[in-house]
Amino acid sequence: MYLYNMTLQRATGCQSAVYGNFSGPKAQEIVVSRGSLLELLRPDENGKMQLVTSVFVFGEIRDMSAFRLTGGQRDYLCVGSDSGRFVVLEYVKEKNQFAPVHVETFGKSGCRRIVPGQYLAVDPKGRAAMIGACEKQKLVYVFNRDTAANLTISSPLEAHKSHTLVFCIIAMDCGFDNPIFAAIELDYMDADQDSTGEAAAEAQKHLTFYELDLGLNHVVRKYSEPVDNGANMLLTVPGGADGPSGVLVCAENFVIYKKEGHPDVRAVIPRRNDLPGDRGVLLIASTTSKVKSGFFFLVQSEYGDIYKVSLEYAAGRAEGETEVSELKIKYFDTLPPCSSICFLKTGFLFAGSEFGNHALYQFQGMGDHEDDVESSSLTLMETEEGFQPVFFDPRPLRNLALIDEIVSLAPFTDMKPVSFAGEETPVLVGTVGRGPRSSVRMLRQGVALTEMAVSDLPGNPEAVWTVRKFAADDFDAYIVVSFNNATLVLSIGETVEEVYDSGFLGTTPSMKVGQIGEDSLFQVYPAGLRHIRADRRVNEWKAPGRKQVQKVASNSRQVILALSGGEIVYFELDGISGQLVEAEKKELTGEISCMDVGPVPEGRQRAKFLAVGFYEQMVRVLSLDPDNCLSMLSVITTAAPPATLMQLDTAMGSSADDADASVGSLFLNIGLDNGVLLRTEVDRVTGQLSDTRMRMLGAKPPKLFPVTVRGRQAMLALSSRPWIGYSDAGRFIIAPLSYDQLDYASSFASDQCPEGIVGIADSKLRIVTIERLGEVFNQSSCKLRYTPRKFCVHAEGDTQRIVVVQSDHGCGSTAEALETRKVEKKAKAEGMDVDGEDEEEDEEEEAFTPEEQFGAPKASEGQWASCIQVVDMGSKTQPAEVLSTIELNRTGEDNEAALSTCTCSFVKFPGKSFVAVGTAKDLSFYPRSASGGAIYLFRLQADGELAQLHKTPIDEVPACMCAFQDKLLVGMGTTLRLYDLGKKKMLRKCELKGFPSFITTLNVCGDRIYVGDLQHSFQFVKYKASENSMYVFADDLTPRWITASLQLDYDTMAAADKFGNVSICRLPSEISDEVEEDPTGGKMVHSQGMLNGAPNKVEQVVQFHVGETVTSLCRAQMQPGGTESMLYATLMGSIGALLPFSSREDVDFFHHLEMHMRQENVPLCGRDHMAYRSAYFPVKDVIDGDLCEQYAMLSSELQRKIAEELDRTPSEILKKLEDLRAKIC
Amino acid sequence: MQASDRFNINSQLEHLQAKYVGTGHADLNRFEWAVNIHRDSYASYVGHHGMLSYFALAENESIGRVRYNLMQKMLLPCSLPPEKDED
Repeated sequence: MYLYNMTLQRATGCQSAVYGNFSGPKAQEIVVSRGSLLELLRPDENGKMQLVTSVFVFGEIRDMSAFRLTGGQRDYLCVGSDSGRFVVLEYVKEKNQFAPVHVETFGKSGCRRIVPGQYLAVDPKGRAAMIGACEKQKLVYVFNRDTAANLTISSPLEAHKSHTLVFCIIAMDCGFDNPIFAAIELDYMDADQDSTGEAAAEAQKHLTFYELDLGLNHVVRKYSEPVDNGANMLLTVPGGADGPSGVLVCAENFVIYKKEGHPDVRAVIPRRNDLPGDRGVLLIASTTSKVKSGFFFLVQSEYGDIYKVSLEYAAGRAEGETEVSELKIKYFDTLPPCSSICFLKTGFLFAGSEFGNHALYQFQGMGDHEDDVESSSLTLMETEEGFQPVFFDPRPLRNLALIDEIVSLAPFTDMKPVSFAGEETPVLVGTVGRGPRSSVRMLRQGVALTEMAVSDLPGNPEAVWTVRKFAADDFDAYIVVSFNNATLVLSIGETVEEVYDSGFLGTTPSMKVGQIGEDSLFQVYPAGLRHIRADRRVNEWKAPGRKQVQKVASNSRQVILALSGGEIVYFELDGISGQLVEAEKKELTGEISCMDVGPVPEGRQRAKFLAVGFYEQMVRVLSLDPDNCLSMLSVITTAAPPATLMQLDTAMGSSADDADASVGSLFLNIGLDNGVLLRTEVDRVTGQLSDTRMRMLGAKPPKLFPVTVRGRQAMLALSSRPWIGYSDAGRFIIAPLSYDQLDYASSFASDQCPEGIVGIADSKLRIVTIERLGEVFNQSSCKLRYTPRKFCVHAEGDTQRIVVVQSDHGCGSTAEALETRKVEKKAKAEGMDVDGEDEEEDEEEEAFTPEEQFGAPKASEGQWASCIQVVDMGSKTQPAEVLSTIELNRTGEDNEAALSTCTCSFVKFPGKSFVAVGTAKDLSFYPRSASGGAIYLFRLQADGELAQLHKTPIDEVPACMCAFQDKLLVGMGTTLRLYDLGKKKMLRKCELKGFPSFITTLNVCGDRIYVGDLQHSFQFVKYKASENSMYVFADDLTPRWITASLQLDYDTMAAADKFGNVSICRLPSEISDEVEEDPTGGKMVHSQGMLNGAPNKVEQVVQFHVGETVTSLCRAQMQPGGTESMLYATLMGSIGALLPFSSREDVDFFHHLEMHMRQENVPLCGRDHMAYRSAYFPVKDVIDGDLCEQYAMLSSELQRKIAEELDRTPSEILKKLEDLRAKIC
Repeated sequence: MQASDRFNINSQLEHLQAKYVGTGHADLNRFEWAVNIHRDSYASYVGHHGMLSYFALAENESIGRVRYNLMQKMLLPCSLPPEKDED
């Protein structure tokens, strides 16, 4: 089995983010690392974050830092990763790509203990950088520039210290003195030797300064002093002319100002009133604001509270004598906890959330409100129990206002494809997020269309066009709708209304209307052609005799009519008289089914080619040159009669806003009667056709229309669903649109909607626009209460619902608060009938519930909040909603956490489906223990309520369950147990004990059970109904911490583990047969087992390192008529697909392409691609499509080079890549 | 030290042990081995954002807190060392 790995939805979580001016001096930009994906984001003028570029680095990014050389204009990006290399990147605006400036190897690869990469700090003046490991090693690189002002770096200087753990490294700001790096260090040497534990108890963290002597090119350990043992983070205090220099040490509960030779200044971090006493407050993210009037820090605590930290210092004393007199920490606002927050100089705050959606906020205030809680070093009180804490209550946002939310799918906790009636592809249903911010997301394939307007039309329209009055206009003036006996003209203004003075003939159906020449319009109707001049003069051309116009092709200078009987009449605009002149006429053999002429290229008189489709299943390209007008240039035969044609230029340039991007190939798109779209390349000179690509679009013949997307020509294809075809980063992408079926469409440009589409469906006129081009899935969501753990799909009759089990550790129940608010809101809503004023305010509150903003209240360790919710999945137009909720632990006695669920049926109730939920009681970690558990059995009623049948106590943690032969199979701890339905509780039927560590997944097929273990991969179990016994007959040799499993066939299992690997293992067929044929089922043959396990071993078929923890595996066919592929969803919020190759030839081709790509396109962060994909197990039989697809981003020179080595042309390779992508999505 | 000494197996081992923390030796005891393994694991968890979020999700803590806890655990990953024999 060979698989092709392709990411469908790129990761959306945030590992870290840095602010900088990467593309130009004033550009406000943020680089976000999403684990192995590097993205550049930029807010547009409306404050919406726009993705500028995104690239897979095939490595684990661990830390990033932006810096610029003194006097430089742009920032460089320094990346610490698992490559064992020091990497400096720059953003190249022309190519819209990151490019490596320096990649210097210093050590081993991988996220190792002593290999630097974990911490990265760059001197604020851009003179040196320190890269450090968790332990021992630190390296310093000195930056310089050569005569051509290029960045150069020195060989590394060592600043190692053995037996020392490092918590944080920063660079101090000391103006133009020697650069100094500060680190929090902890020496464990003595603790390892001392068996009494004294040394460990006394172990002391130190703040150590490393000075880089630029003169001597040498790093010295300058100063080391004990620091609070809760220290975890350092902040650089501006120095030189901007401030007093030094560092702020963030420790649990405290912030301390430290500087060599300066007394410590300490202040407590205010804590929330409802925080349990045993919990500290740890700061996890920070950003510095340097404005002219001074500087301050914004720091965020682990609960999400943001504090403003500021220093009072006396400047202007004698040299080096500035002294900090006060340290103030003031409550600022509360946001969800972030992995990085970034201050933008234009007054915005970017918050990259740890989990859930990211956001951009605008500053409304600088935290100057008097009544906000503030703690100061001056009022710090020391009592016998320690320092006196300061308390506050979180409140709604005051200093920040939400501007834009960036949707994130991190973390996926579960995902399943669900098929809906009336939808061609399955909907991916995922549970996403954590705690109060979690949700169910319904992911529908396709780009979302936003409806701008919908209006009714009289009768059923057949076609619609938009027309400008003048060629130079930016916006359309008329919408023309054609019915089977009339034409309706609507003018576009403030409102859209019918007009009669446009000059168009209203009493006849239209074949085509448009703008032609500088200032005139034309209308083609069955009896002829009408040319309307700007001064309202009308020239008419009537079809001769009984002939009628059948088909039309036109652009801004040419009109071609096909008359019945196969005659073609060609009109061209006369440049001098401004008249449409009949230039040529020709009889063609065969009935014409469709025609198209491309737009007039800039600076030319006419388009060169006319494409004509015939019912005899062929398409001809005719020349429009005056020399050989209407002579045939080339022909292509098709598998079905062509229905529509369209010529489209593809752009090669990769930049979205790059106007002068080079023009790529010209493509002729052919929509066939059988729903297939053919794309074939047209030689610009000879008109020869070559290189045809095929794509199935749907059940109806696709109609093709030119539209504008991102300022470029694109193609809209309407089949049984709409598609959009556009060029992006050198590739032509055909993506489905998530919208109703349209019958006819045209591009639409107006003031409010510069790149819209006007379409007709039934008797409605719709104006829509594409908002987020490039997004693969269109999502709708439904909020949940706690972290979703698992869900199951319950289908009975036509209704499909999902049951989501949710639980949160160390968290108080939010049920009461939610319900009181609901009641209050209801009361308010009733009272509001009187005055409707509060409505808007109310809606604003709705956007963020207190729990979502502040997080659920923290409770002591080992306490759980948990619930079971039934969610109606809605439909395409209707969002999902929660139907009912069962809150566990309401009485506060049973401390239960719902962990698993499944639907099951029983012999006694044929055709009825039940919902089983497994809960653990008093579950706690380190080590995992529980005082028992329970299995709830519910019946889902028609109204969405869960009716409990009974609750069966068990003595272990039920992590997974699954229906098996009309019984319920439960994996609890190390025991596998089979239950049948009883009157008062579930009845034990059969049991198998002694699984290695903890059962996490269960799959069944026939009488086989595939048990996934927390550490030990799979055990294949056989159930013998006659003996009512279970036994393990095969297992895996490889250790695997299974998080998700998927059964592929009777002998084959796919598994994902928590380290980010996906693998497939298979029981060899001869062993499988043996087991099946043996009357004892392989039980007796080798009853003693092999290698401390089962008698048979499975073989590894496929190994692949995804790089992100996969939490769900499923299989789905994401394309009508496409191939079924394996999908995975990860904690970083990405969805990927593994597609099985169908031919050996393809495997060989992609194998070689991947090999060349590895050589020619070394990943950005310097990690070897093969090594990365083999991080835990050597990669086996998986070709990385994400790497192969970077082929399109290479320079054309490199593309040619690789293509030559493969004996192909670059366009053939691009076609292959496109074909493979088309199979999946 | 003579030039030839640099290449004998012992000095090479010593060099490795000095350079790479956790390189084993003949007298390594069970505790030291376990401590090394644990520290290596914790360092790997801290380096892999996916692992941190996995733990953070299970424990319902912030990722920053989980990272800090793991780093703290590196001090004494396997509780106290055993008492040393007199010899």
